[in-house]
Amino acid sequence: MGDWLHPQDLTALWLTLRLAAVTTIVLLILGTPLAWWLARTRSRCKLVIESLVALPLVLPPTVLGFYVLLMLGPQGPIQALGGPAFAFTFTGLVIGSVLYSLPFVVQPLQNAFVAVGDEILEAAAALRAGPWDRFASVVLPLSLRGFLTATTLGFAHTVGEFGVVLMIGGNIPGETQVVSIAIYDHVEAVDYRSAHMLSALLLGLSFVMLLLLYMINGRYRIGATNS
Amino acid sequence: MIDFDFHLERGAFTLQLASRIPGNGITALFGRSGCGKTTLLRCIAGLERRVRGHLHMQGEVWQDQQCFLRPEQRAIGYVFQEGRLFPHLSVQRNLEYGLRRIPASQRRIEFAEVVELLGLRELVKRLPNELSGGQRQRVAIGRALLTCPQVLLMDEPLAALDAISKAEIMPYLERLHGELAIPVLLVSHSLEEVSRLADHMLLLDGGRLRAEGPLLQMLTRTDLPLAHSDNASAVLEAKVLNNTDDHMSELVCGGGHRLLISRENVVPGQEVRARILARDVAVALEPPTASSVSNCLPVRILEISDDPHPGHVLLRLDLDGQALLSRITRRSRERLALAPDMKAYALIKGITLN
Repeated sequence: MGDWLHPQDLTALWLTLRLAAVTTIVLLILGTPLAWWLARTRSRCKLVIESLVALPLVLPPTVLGFYVLLMLGPQGPIQALGGPAFAFTFTGLVIGSVLYSLPFVVQPLQNAFVAVGDEILEAAAALRAGPWDRFASVVLPLSLRGFLTATTLGFAHTVGEFGVVLMIGGNIPGETQVVSIAIYDHVEAVDYRSAHMLSALLLGLSFVMLLLLYMINGRYRIGATNS
Repeated sequence: MIDFDFHLERGAFTLQLASRIPGNGITALFGRSGCGKTTLLRCIAGLERRVRGHLHMQGEVWQDQQCFLRPEQRAIGYVFQEGRLFPHLSVQRNLEYGLRRIPASQRRIEFAEVVELLGLRELVKRLPNELSGGQRQRVAIGRALLTCPQVLLMDEPLAALDAISKAEIMPYLERLHGELAIPVLLVSHSLEEVSRLADHMLLLDGGRLRAEGPLLQMLTRTDLPLAHSDNASAVLEAKVLNNTDDHMSELVCGGGHRLLISRENVVPGQEVRARILARDVAVALEPPTASSVSNCLPVRILEISDDPHPGHVLLRLDLDGQALLSRITRRSRERLALAPDMKAYALIKGITLN
């Protein structure tokens, strides 16, 4: 493959996968409690939070990226409070991607948690299981599909981002240049062959990930893992 | 002793209930739907967070002004109406779920014992979605029992089942009653179910306690709706004397009175409950000399009260301290000039055993 891809493209590919992996892990860690809260709360804030979580679905990524840039940039509140300079760094990309892919992780998890239902949790509580125990022994196994969907969508969506990265990451090879930006560069330079290679790779990767997800989700039925 | 005083407001519904329930036997929570039966169970289980008041379980404080034990901190066994088995766990793992979560020192009930008692041996490897409704409820009961609870809370465990499944599970419930020393609170709206199983009854109405007492008294109290319902009945506690050659069984109840019934699956010496519907009891002033009715018992009329049907009256009869109900027509009552304190004979046409 080395013959086909520039070393810089390989770097971009590796960076993209690393960004997607880190973002997905962060999202699962942050998104699980958020989705759990959204699934269980009767608070009036719920609708507001839900709308905020869903915003990246409708907002142009450049808008999101622009505000994240303002937040993280030299004049932004983070640095004003003595925080490090996140703009144009890998960490900055992760922060932007986490916001950008949030709904793709939170929504499947929230749906899965709602589907578990209060009834079965009451049954577990009446059988002496405390809150963490109930989550681990009942909620997790019953929402496996939701976690699988959240992980795949979060990962795939991050791989495909462009606008947010462009705004807050710029185009620094090895630090913030991801595949989608590299493709854009190749097209700008009328190097269609290289653009083609990377595009086809991304297309194939995304398709295979989604195909695997649907195959596993289609086969996996509640309880079928435990015979 | 289960001593509670609960106050709960939920929208238009108010639950205001206090009682001391015996710490043994089966107590039925009876009443129309929406009267608060299930809510009372949920309060005892700790599933209703907003309830105020107190709950003392066999001397332990589960709730008072200062403390509120969470459901997982209460030694309850809860059998829900729909079973609520864990769909991702096998029957075996469902049964063990609570068992694994109590300290080893509290495990008084053996896994094998429960499997035997509830006839679960063939089912342990299956998943809940491979079970019939009746089987699922048996697993749910077993799962609750294995936590060695101080009280077993059963929320209409039979309501979601068809007649066949009900008939299948009833003997198991009766065995529970006989073999385990755990008090049971049974929510039910079936008078038949209650008269088969319960020892004690709380009659609820609109979130309040209408009346409570031993089942046999409650069934025949004419100031309560039970005695006036269509299938009002009295229950006699009896013992099987012998099974006759002509497919009958002879029972003896309190006062040494003999009862003859068509043979059911009983053995001599067995304690049974004989349920006698008010509409199956006729009254005569003299013992009939030529009649097909085999059971004719000398009684005293205690009370005559109006019945929902204007043409009927309800008699409460005393049989050496045991109560019987008889529903007769107003016209018969006038013809025989029946009045309280008169001696008479109860002609019993039908008796069902548990």
